[in-house]
Amino acid sequence: MPQMTDERVRAGLNREEDLSLLNEVSVKTAGVSHLEMCIQCGTCGGSCPAAMDMDHTPRMLFAMLRAGMREEVLRSNTPWICVSCYHCVVRCPQEVHIADVMYTLKGMAIKVKLYSDSTAPHFSQTFVDMVETYGRSFELGLASRHYLKHFPLRLPGIMPMGFGMLTKGRIDVAPRRIKQMKQLKAILSRAKKLELTS
Amino acid sequence: MNKYLLYPGCSMDSSARAYLESLNTILEPLDLQLDEIEDWNCCGATEYLGINLIPAYSLIARNLALATKQMDSVNGTGGTRTVITPCSACYLNLAKADHYMQERPALGAKVNEALSAGGLEYKPGTLDVRHLLDILVYDIGLDAIKRKVTRPLNGLKVVPYMGCMLPRPDYKHRWSDHEHPTELDDLLRALGADVIDYPLTTECCGGHMTQIGPETAFELIRRLIAGAHERGAYLMAAVCPMCQLNIDAYQLETNRFFHTHYHMPILFFTQLMGLAFGREPAELGIGAELVSARNALAHIGVEVPVTQEPATPRKKDEGLPMPRRWTRHEEKEAVK
Repeated sequence: MPQMTDERVRAGLNREEDLSLLNEVSVKTAGVSHLEMCIQCGTCGGSCPAAMDMDHTPRMLFAMLRAGMREEVLRSNTPWICVSCYHCVVRCPQEVHIADVMYTLKGMAIKVKLYSDSTAPHFSQTFVDMVETYGRSFELGLASRHYLKHFPLRLPGIMPMGFGMLTKGRIDVAPRRIKQMKQLKAILSRAKKLELTS
Repeated sequence: MNKYLLYPGCSMDSSARAYLESLNTILEPLDLQLDEIEDWNCCGATEYLGINLIPAYSLIARNLALATKQMDSVNGTGGTRTVITPCSACYLNLAKADHYMQERPALGAKVNEALSAGGLEYKPGTLDVRHLLDILVYDIGLDAIKRKVTRPLNGLKVVPYMGCMLPRPDYKHRWSDHEHPTELDDLLRALGADVIDYPLTTECCGGHMTQIGPETAFELIRRLIAGAHERGAYLMAAVCPMCQLNIDAYQLETNRFFHTHYHMPILFFTQLMGLAFGREPAELGIGAELVSARNALAHIGVEVPVTQEPATPRKKDEGLPMPRRWTRHEEKEAVK
């Protein structure tokens, strides 16, 4: 138990701040995240076009990170609703890489399977599977696998769209492959063993 | 001759083929040469970054490493040091990898360690990653573009839609503003179009949310379409395949979701450039859009050949063919 100072006791804080979660997220984020610089001004949530569908605004989420609420943070749908429009990023007075932090949180939630809705993680995974198989994205394969699994009821509604895309030559019926698939696979399998640690 | 390396991105071959077709028609008049990066791979869009960080950046960096092999060693500055992408998502991913590998040397080292498994290497900062619009406005210049206009788009009320990933986060400060950039407005004005002031120009189209959280996406799409409609636009101009796809292909579903009847065509800005340069709609992939731009282009006397009868939904007051209702007079006659 760390030593309590009078000020901390008076402020009602009965335990030492634990910043391990905040630091972990910060280290795992690409670039220099500036996450620890957040001043809780709320500009991010106020700028967000999708905030209405989020469990927590980015500001709340960062406060929860600071408080070490690992499970609650990883269960939050916020990173999955983030549309990566970077409105918050350019407005943030502390230059926190908010969108990149969201990517990090998604990755962490996938690792421990703590997401509440599997639609988004599955979509990402299916997309990545296609890329790892062909080196290119393959929309028809992706869409059919994804819709059958997660939105079977949306299928009748999107049929006219799919039909239009097909007849107008806007969907490839067969995947396109890159030539050096072996090289790409070697790169990716080496990359999967690596992680940002400092 | 302006020479650049081209990273087309996956959608240019399929859902955004109209973008590629129209881009190819404007190269010659503008004296542009684009060399495609050989054997490029997908940039991972917004999906791979959320799954696994180092593989995601390695996937992107493979393209950059391949591009450096095609760099012109004689012409060290500008020219072939520059990779251009027509897609905003690809642009951001490539620019981001280049920027973060520099900002965080630890990331650069790990990515290069992965690349070495394929015999590749990328030194961050070697390439300039730029978007097609950036090249056209700042390298080619609006005056040069204006000189090539043979069919000014006078009277075509168009809304410039920049999308979000192009002007933001803008690591290298290439755009006039993060939230209200004017490059696309200026370009369309140079073509003679009647450009409408559109405050929503950098709002998000929903990106992949049409696939994973449709209700969130429909609301974002509705805002954009309604905003363009209220301002009296005939059509929207896009600079990104994702924006075009969401607003075009999901407009029907959005209309059904909100019980609205918007008909807001969206074309790529290169298609409008091709038109202004005197090309015919068929050469520019006009007609590949699901929300037809036929009526919009009729305003400026451009006739789009009909490839397929558009399926018009039945009007409400017509209904199914039913026996005619008798008038009161006829009823009396019948009773007699």
